[in-house]
Amino acid sequence: MATSESRRSFIGFAFGGVATVGGVFSLVAMKKTWDPLPSVKAAGFTTVDLSGMNEGELRTIEWRKKPIFILKKDANMAKDEKRDVIVDNATYTVVIGLCTHLGCIPAYAPSEGLFKCACHGGEFDVSGKNVFGPPPRPLDIPPFKIEGTKLVLGEEGPEYQKMIAEA
Amino acid sequence: MAHITKANGIVDWLDQRLAVKKLMNVLMVEYWIPKQINFLWAMGVILTVLFTVLFVTGLLLVMYYKPDTALAFDSVNKTIMQEADYGWLWRHMHGVAASVIFLIIYIHMLTGIYYGSYKKGREMIWISGMLLFVVFSAEAFSGYMLPWGQMSYWAAQVITNLFGGVPFIGDALVIWIRGDYAVSDPTLTRFFMLHVCLLPIVIIMIIAFHFYALRIPHVNNEIAEELDFDLEAQKYKNGDTKGSKVIPFWPAFLSKDFMYICLFMIFFFYLVCFKFNFAMDPINFDPADALKTPAHIYPEWYFLWSYEVLRGFFFDIGSIKAFDIGLAAFGIAQVIFFLLPWLDRSDVVKPAHARGKFFVWFWILLVDLIVLTVYGKLPPTGINAWIGFGASVVFLALLLVVLPLITRKEKE
Ligand code: FES
Repeated sequence: MATSESRRSFIGFAFGGVATVGGVFSLVAMKKTWDPLPSVKAAGFTTVDLSGMNEGELRTIEWRKKPIFILKKDANMAKDEKRDVIVDNATYTVVIGLCTHLGCIPAYAPSEGLFKCACHGGEFDVSGKNVFGPPPRPLDIPPFKIEGTKLVLGEEGPEYQKMIAEA
Repeated sequence: MAHITKANGIVDWLDQRLAVKKLMNVLMVEYWIPKQINFLWAMGVILTVLFTVLFVTGLLLVMYYKPDTALAFDSVNKTIMQEADYGWLWRHMHGVAASVIFLIIYIHMLTGIYYGSYKKGREMIWISGMLLFVVFSAEAFSGYMLPWGQMSYWAAQVITNLFGGVPFIGDALVIWIRGDYAVSDPTLTRFFMLHVCLLPIVIIMIIAFHFYALRIPHVNNEIAEELDFDLEAQKYKNGDTKGSKVIPFWPAFLSKDFMYICLFMIFFFYLVCFKFNFAMDPINFDPADALKTPAHIYPEWYFLWSYEVLRGFFFDIGSIKAFDIGLAAFGIAQVIFFLLPWLDRSDVVKPAHARGKFFVWFWILLVDLIVLTVYGKLPPTGINAWIGFGASVVFLALLLVVLPLITRKEKE
């Protein structure tokens, strides 16, 4: 009978509609459950005091569970306008110490002035630029803000924004 | 309701309520297997046995394992290995089975390719099998991570990093998968969930589907002869068991499989008792350290071939980055076998040795896979890098170019 046919298809559509809305909401909820927890996000800021560093010294600190290389450049090391971080009139290379190839941690060889990744032979110069091997781009620069002699990682200061805008 | 009468025994009692006799007939007694198949067809049953071993030993391990980055390493290396009675046995069985199951999967797959068992009518068997392979890989990888040793940690780091190669959303995707900016506790607990809950359920469902898909076009045989299963089965049932070309799965066929299972289990326990180390990377006996990469990262042996395809492309071509080429090639390597029924343009179903060029193609593919596996383990420097590159190119060319060409010729 015609009426019951159309009633049935109405029920079908109604069910389809409700199920779609419910499905979309649950997918969103599931996606968010997999997102990092608020506590994880809040722990994303680290402050380092650079005042005690010597020229040519490399310091590795941890930020968001990633190693950060801070290298205070000495006079022999080539400057790089685009990537150098100037704090208190000294020049630093500040990069995330994870190879941009597959994420291994490159080791610093001071005599050669290179960061060498053992995994697939990638190499980066003192400014963190890839000079050899499979890494597709220079080492990443973490968001930072300069406060006097201190560096706050995780916050985007004006220097960082300028650097990103130019890149 | 069916008419229930007083049962004359336990089987009859069950039969009246659950039709167990009919079920046994459908599943086993009247499930027909061609007679002309060799030991390579026993791999399916062996895989079922190995999966059962993994499942049971896994349950025993879960009782002591702790999915927490602070506790995981000790719960495996101390509690399970030293404190729990026979804990070492379950762990070694689990580890060795996880490794050996890939050997058998590869033999199973290559048998399918050799005898053309992916063709004409058997495509769904092949595809469900490939799906199983992919989910098994995810299962193996998520399990590899759980002991939270150095290699586990860095394997997780590298593999999750690969998703960064996805256009536009890559970086966010990596963080989403890890649940943190780097591989850490949330990553461990979610991989734990995948390894012990979600993926096993998916695997069991696909296994059921794989078996079901097998029942309709039936299993292939050594000479790829097309059998009329109904006719041959009728012959068998009429008493002409010699003249019929098929035998029932139970008891006739399985009895032979039991022999292969016995032989295999002897080999398996030999490995578990005397050679378990091959499935245990020494680096994994150092606890995970997020701030120190091991000098040399490589996956377990069964992923080496695709790992080598990933890193085989080590130089940029034009404006395309080496990394992206490698990633694309790696992606292709993961899915290309799914398409085998369509890359093979010929509809001749015959074993490879009766197919001339295809036979040559098959052996070159096998050798190439072995070369990739060997070089996947070696450091990618100097000449090694070039051999890896060559073998990766050969791999892609064999499947994407050579196979369609030679099989189209064959069709003419
Ligand atoms: S991860 Fe550094 S070169 Fe591959």
